[in-house]
Amino acid sequence: MINIHGVNALYKFEMARTFRTLAQSIVSPVLSTSLYFVVFGSAIGSRMSEVDGVPYGAFLVPGLIMLSILTESIANASFGIYFPRFIGTIYEVLSAPMSPLEIVIGYVGAATSKSLLIGVIILATASLFVPLEIRHPWVMLLFLTLTSLSFSLFGFIIGIWADSFEKLQVIPLLIITPLTFLGGSFYSISMLPPLWQTLTLFNPVVYLVSGFRWSFYEIADVNVGVSLAMTLLFLLICCVILYWVFKTGYRLKK
Amino acid sequence: MQPIIQIENLSKVYANGFTALKSINLDIREGEIIALLGPNGAGKTTLISIVCGIVKASSGSVRIGGYDNVKQYRAARSLIGLVPQELATDSFESVNSTFKLSRGLFGKAPDQAWLDQVLKDLSLFDKKHEWIIRLSGGMKRRVMIGKALAHQPRILFLDEPTAGVDVELRQDMWQLVRRLREDGVTIILTTHYLEEAEEMADRIGVINKGELMLVEDKQVLMRKLGEKRLFLHLTQTLAKIPEALAAFQLDLSEDGLTLIYRYDKQGEHSDITQLLGAIEAAGLRWRDLDTEQHSLEEIFVNLVRK
Ligand SMILES: Nc1ncnc2c1ncn2[C@@H]1O[C@H](COP(=O)(O)OP(=O)(O)OP(=O)(O)O)[C@@H](O)[C@H]1O
Ligand SMILES: [Mg+2]
Repeated sequence: MINIHGVNALYKFEMARTFRTLAQSIVSPVLSTSLYFVVFGSAIGSRMSEVDGVPYGAFLVPGLIMLSILTESIANASFGIYFPRFIGTIYEVLSAPMSPLEIVIGYVGAATSKSLLIGVIILATASLFVPLEIRHPWVMLLFLTLTSLSFSLFGFIIGIWADSFEKLQVIPLLIITPLTFLGGSFYSISMLPPLWQTLTLFNPVVYLVSGFRWSFYEIADVNVGVSLAMTLLFLLICCVILYWVFKTGYRLKK
Repeated sequence: MQPIIQIENLSKVYANGFTALKSINLDIREGEIIALLGPNGAGKTTLISIVCGIVKASSGSVRIGGYDNVKQYRAARSLIGLVPQELATDSFESVNSTFKLSRGLFGKAPDQAWLDQVLKDLSLFDKKHEWIIRLSGGMKRRVMIGKALAHQPRILFLDEPTAGVDVELRQDMWQLVRRLREDGVTIILTTHYLEEAEEMADRIGVINKGELMLVEDKQVLMRKLGEKRLFLHLTQTLAKIPEALAAFQLDLSEDGLTLIYRYDKQGEHSDITQLLGAIEAAGLRWRDLDTEQHSLEEIFVNLVRK
């Protein structure tokens, strides 16, 4: 038995919030992506003709999409659950006949949908700047979806863990931003000194970006199978943490 | 008939070690209105929150409609609607969209006709598409009630529904509660006002320091506790109470201007007519009178002292 009306209502309610703020939710990633193109693609890229046989501007696209997806997924999903906790409206979801899984599908499903939407919009924006080629569209879609989903789950966990707006910001700021910038969005790992190449392999973002870029150009820092496995592993870890959160009522129930 | 809610040996110790509920046992009958009275911090909200699944019990069990509220939470929770004590509303959502969410969350198929009915019952129909942030405090409270009614619950929890509410809304609320009860909805409300409990409830439970001191039919309780006082404001100062009035066991205020008569609310021992007659016969004149009921706090003092 599943409370299908409940999931549906929660998902729609969350999506309505997205669409109400559509302009700002879309303008900002589009704007920042365009800026990256101008700065990195044109200014720097003109001196850095190709990476692994791909023009630098085009090389950047998958990484930039991932960058936005990561940030947006975490921001939207963490805010989506933190805010009702903060203003107290969470009581209703907690007292409703909703299973933890249904609650997660509602909130995280909406955040994931939004990220996918943003990903597609950035892709469209990017195609205005550089000629794009997607060799494996389905693989691309798979990585896009898995990344949106896992980082929305991750954001959801942050939103449950945080008990202040500062804490809500701190993980994205202190951990995610450095990881994404060092995750090979703007360069190929092979351009780094050997020690850094090894260290980089501990950065989960590397696998996402690499796999995602492979779906475009068939160039990768790590084998695409490894990328997929690591992405799934991250997804699994998030699921396990969430399972524990609901099982113990951590920060949701006193 | 099986009680619609069965609370057994329910205890709650909060994470900080504070014991908020001590082994509560309470059966709530289907279709009744039960009022939970108690001073601030007594544990009323904690009790309601555990029944509704927002707070975890430390020990004991709750059955709702025969379903365990933890193991069979789906069946149990779909029966209840909760209006919490604190105002908690979305800001940039329309009234109607939050109603739709509430209805859906509790597993009910969309039914705009019903939502419209609820909106009308709560005089919110003209605010249907208004953002909640643009509503007044009282209207927000109505929205919270409407959200709880959106899914047609069989059991309704009202945690201090009339705190900070104007007279008109309070009356509306009482009317609504009566109407719901006619439809067979079981209602559990908390309040600090004995008057409110008296007006609305079939049974009254008194909670103090996490303990359920008593649960009693209203009639019985009112007789036990509902002492009233009548103040007679005299035109002249009185040095002492005349002998002729000794039978009424009056008190005299310090300034000698007011006679105080204590009588039972239920009327069995109230001889106000005789008292007034006797006062006139004693040659005393009064310019005004008023009555006062024991406040809940006073009743508590009485209750706890015994
Ligand atoms: N999360 C919490 N952690 C620790 N103690 C708590 C928590 N919530 C409530 N309490 C304590 O439990 C006691 C009962 O609180 P509760 O809110 O149930 O009282 P109440 O009867 O509803 O009071 P009021 O009439 O003021 O609403 C209080 O002493 C309160 O301080
Ligand atoms: Mg309370």
